[in-house]
Amino acid sequence: MASKLTTSNRAGWAFALPGFGLLTLFIVVPFFFAFFLSLTNQRLISPNPTEFVGLDNYRNLLSISVLSIEPETDDAGAVIRDADGTPEYPRVRTFTRNNPDFQQYAGMREWFRWHSGDTAKVVVATDLVFWKSLRNTLMFVLVVAPVQGAIALGLALLINQRLRGINVYRAIYFMPVVVSIVVVSLLWRFLYAEDGLLNSILGTFSFGMFEGRDWLGNKDTALGAIMAMSIWQAVGFHMVIWLSGLQTISPTLYEASSIEGASKFQTFRYVTWPGLRNTAVLVLIVITMQAFALFAQIDVMTNGGPLDSTSTVVFQAVERGYGKQDISGGSTISVILFLLVLTISITQRYLTREK
Amino acid sequence: MKLKTTLVGALIASTCLAGMAAAQTDITMWYHGGGNEVESALINQIVSDFNAANADYDVSLESFPQGSYNDSVVAAALAGNLPDIIDVDGPVMPNWAWANYMQPLSIDESIIADFLPGTIGRWDGELYSVGLWDAAVSLYARQSTLDELSLRAPTLASPWTKDEFMGALEAAKASGKCEYAFDVGMAWTGEWYPYAFSPFLQSFGGDIVDRSTYQTAEGALNGDAAIEFGEWWQSLFTEGYTPGTSQDPADRDTGFIDGKYCFSWNGNWASVAAIDGGVDDIVFLPAPDFGNGSVIGAGSWQFGISATSENAEGANAFIEFALQDKYMAAFSDGIGLIPSTTSAADMTENYAQGGPLNIYFALSAEQALVRPVSPGYVVAAKVFEKALADIANGADVADTLDAAVDEIDTDIERNSGYGH
Repeated sequence: MASKLTTSNRAGWAFALPGFGLLTLFIVVPFFFAFFLSLTNQRLISPNPTEFVGLDNYRNLLSISVLSIEPETDDAGAVIRDADGTPEYPRVRTFTRNNPDFQQYAGMREWFRWHSGDTAKVVVATDLVFWKSLRNTLMFVLVVAPVQGAIALGLALLINQRLRGINVYRAIYFMPVVVSIVVVSLLWRFLYAEDGLLNSILGTFSFGMFEGRDWLGNKDTALGAIMAMSIWQAVGFHMVIWLSGLQTISPTLYEASSIEGASKFQTFRYVTWPGLRNTAVLVLIVITMQAFALFAQIDVMTNGGPLDSTSTVVFQAVERGYGKQDISGGSTISVILFLLVLTISITQRYLTREK
Repeated sequence: MKLKTTLVGALIASTCLAGMAAAQTDITMWYHGGGNEVESALINQIVSDFNAANADYDVSLESFPQGSYNDSVVAAALAGNLPDIIDVDGPVMPNWAWANYMQPLSIDESIIADFLPGTIGRWDGELYSVGLWDAAVSLYARQSTLDELSLRAPTLASPWTKDEFMGALEAAKASGKCEYAFDVGMAWTGEWYPYAFSPFLQSFGGDIVDRSTYQTAEGALNGDAAIEFGEWWQSLFTEGYTPGTSQDPADRDTGFIDGKYCFSWNGNWASVAAIDGGVDDIVFLPAPDFGNGSVIGAGSWQFGISATSENAEGANAFIEFALQDKYMAAFSDGIGLIPSTTSAADMTENYAQGGPLNIYFALSAEQALVRPVSPGYVVAAKVFEKALADIANGADVADTLDAAVDEIDTDIERNSGYGH
């Protein structure tokens, strides 16, 4: 069966060359460049020479440790408690600032704490914002990847029918993908405003029971708000991929299953889903990678605030490299992000492999 | 063979001819005001006047939108493609001068002797930039509001004290006249934060960095005065005087005019819009005095020459030419900026003696304090912005300011002191 084209090495390489060339130029070379820069103190603007600093950038970014704080005691050695019986603790900054006894914690900040007995265990990090960004990014990926994938599949099943005017619905669901994410972000900022559309809709439908809130200005709702908007914006894109997957499934299989008397659910479970296997892998990996790259929404809508609740890894890389003129710091974040995404993609690929 | 010689000869001859015809030196210039029609017309007028008056030089102008201007300059500098003349935001100038993007000006110092201090950019003892205008900030209010709440009208000589100011906010809040008593403009991000809010800190007695050495922020940004400032700042939001970081930008632009806000902290560039918007009893009040005098920011866009320019002579000539009163007055009338000299101010509608915005000229002359003159300012400004946004959103004041100090100090250290 092998034709000349599929066996000819020269033709194969010639076809691959434009793709490989561009990938090398814009992905592979910059990555090695970033890796090299992350080992130096390169600045965006500086007359000072670049110096090799080893792993300092990684150390500054990733240093994290646990500080045990004993409660305050009175002269007799008894723990001082407030009215509720909660012990009082000295402030973390008394350990992390200008305290020669706790040099290893110098410059660190509290992330969160828990209690074991009366001792408070405080997690402190040198670069608190980076750790928060990492957590936000992972949260975003964990929510967006399955939810967006599932909604996209649902929409694809809905529009994969022979109905009059179905193309109108296809266009409607796909429309947000075509609009620039910056424009979408600006519009959703108005929707989410305290006297914005979302609050007034919720207020009307709950007959005034719902109290309007400042979705993007509250650290408990800001990331969720951005997740919802991001899912809505890109769901049409994945819907189209699912749709193309659905249309590769042979109609004879459906005919056979209907002759066998399969229910709708059984048809989906035993015909559609197995037929979508490769599509599912593709959609999952693409959504995961796109979710890790979350940036534009943050930059337009919240600037990482309030209180770093929406800061992400890519936002930090840009903010540091460009905003704070610290190219080496930005490169370090990029390298860490690359390794993270690579690990997760390989894991996903391994878990979804053909057994 | 013979043909070839002839051809070469002809080529040489034509090149020489062309060279002689182009005895005019081409000078390139970048400007940040792209997209603003009035501003473009003004700067183009200066360029064409200069070209008409000088047979030796031909200035060509390229305008960029303000949002991407600085990035364009940095990218061009890294690529070695800077034009001869650039304009630069006052507080950013030391960064570019230190990075060898710019060269000192050689214009006659007597020309700028009467200029407002905020319009002259010096770094390392040299003059690097000079501006046709300055910008100032004041407290917008309505005379009717002051009367209704029976508040004393503060003056330059005796501004409101902290207690009087907080009393005014309390009275405004209690009166229920407006949705918020005081709008500081949290919807505007970026340079607005250090420009508009660091004067409050300075009035409390703190600063973004220690200006005696420029080597640390310790004590300046996290000392007692700074913590007092931080607590006051946080109280504006916790007490509900001020809309927070998620303020709608549209409200920022029209909230005061619509009566949503009783007082607004805003710049001279927005004054004309407020007056035209129908606030006929508007008054522009000086900043409150929180203990160390009433302070506002200074320093706006200025002209400078790139380090790589080979036509510095012509570029200097252009800048000298641009610094004429008539152009300053035209910019002021066109887009509401404060002209750099008294004589130019007298030629304007708004800033002349008795003009509606005359107070800004006095504010700039008497209370303006430039942002820290240091190459490290660019980073410190970002850190300061984040600290203030975090405090507004409820972060612990002392911890946040400590963290900001650490970040600024680390940056200064990693840049070997920024050449101070």
